[in-house]
Amino acid sequence: MTDYFLLFMSAVVVNNFVLTRFLGLCIFFGVSKNLNASVGMGMAVTAVITVSSMFAWAVYNFILVPLHLMFLTTIVFVLLIASFVQLLEMVVKKFTPALHKMWGIYLLLIATNCVVLGVPLINVESNFSFVKSLVNAIGSGVGFALAIILMASLREKLRLADVPKSLEGLGVAFILAGCLALSFFGFSGMIKL
Amino acid sequence: MKGLWKIFSKGLVVENPIFVLALSLCPALAVTTSVVNALAMGLSVTFVISMNNLVVSIVRNFVNPKVRVPIYITSIATIVTVVELLLQAFSPLLYKSLGIYLSLIVVFAIILARAEVFASKNKPLPSFVDGFGMGCGFTLAMLIIGAIREVLGNGTLLGYRVMWSSYQPALIMILAPGAFILIGYLVAGFKILNNYIERVKTKRGETV
Repeated sequence: MTDYFLLFMSAVVVNNFVLTRFLGLCIFFGVSKNLNASVGMGMAVTAVITVSSMFAWAVYNFILVPLHLMFLTTIVFVLLIASFVQLLEMVVKKFTPALHKMWGIYLLLIATNCVVLGVPLINVESNFSFVKSLVNAIGSGVGFALAIILMASLREKLRLADVPKSLEGLGVAFILAGCLALSFFGFSGMIKL
Repeated sequence: MKGLWKIFSKGLVVENPIFVLALSLCPALAVTTSVVNALAMGLSVTFVISMNNLVVSIVRNFVNPKVRVPIYITSIATIVTVVELLLQAFSPLLYKSLGIYLSLIVVFAIILARAEVFASKNKPLPSFVDGFGMGCGFTLAMLIIGAIREVLGNGTLLGYRVMWSSYQPALIMILAPGAFILIGYLVAGFKILNNYIERVKTKRGETV
């Protein structure tokens, strides 16, 4: 039990995907202008990572490994995730239109995104068991949500600030992310797996 | 010929994928801890993006627009797998240090964006040149970031010492926060450069 808890915490704060492994930056900088959108995006990413990691784990261990097709991992995972996200979008649209209104646009953005592809690849690379993959995926998703919500809150404050003209927009957002990463650095080495 | 040069050169500064379009940022931060890694990543991406533009442009008339995105992704993933296998065979060390980011070339927004915006509407040769130009712009940006981070964070360039002997390497530049802050300033720098180019062009009476 402690093992899983440590794995979860390490995925959330110590090895935070955005701030220490630099995955999912396009969404991170694109969406964090707005706090509400960031909350929606964080939830959508967590859901998609969790489910697609489960699928990816099953496909890798039950299809690719027995057939010795490991070199096709990248292609298979990309297609798997892209089609799964499309399917999810249709299902959500059909059964919960309200949720679709909130999430719809994000789902398509997520379809080809490094954080969603990165987690299953890391799970496979580290030979995680099914439960461990699941815990790692949920942790990574929560970590992403945490980072993007923090960033969005910071950027809302930034609107009132007087920023040099050339740094406006993306430039200052990067420097802000640097400061955020610096504070997350305090967690490093706290959990050793 | 002049038209081709124009297509090629816009990827370098005016539409630089990293600093101006702000696409494909993940590798720009993750693998630029040294110049060698940055160069390897840049060349891999250049290869993938120009080859993919070529393929997409050749098949553009046979592909039903409804299924174009899955087709593009399959094509990109195939080319990336080729690069992966090549690197694994000829340079296992580099393969290891690029790690997961090599597979993640598949989902770089810049590659899909060029296929969608340019290659699906143009003839094979201009598409290839467009991809090559974007790739070179990407490599250039990676090299700039990689060089600054290696010199400041490690005191070396391409493995050779370049700083004076009493220089204390600023470890933060190798770590994550330094990368973010550095890119922030570089983005600002490119903004100033682009404004300058625009001003010079309007002064000469050219349309941008």
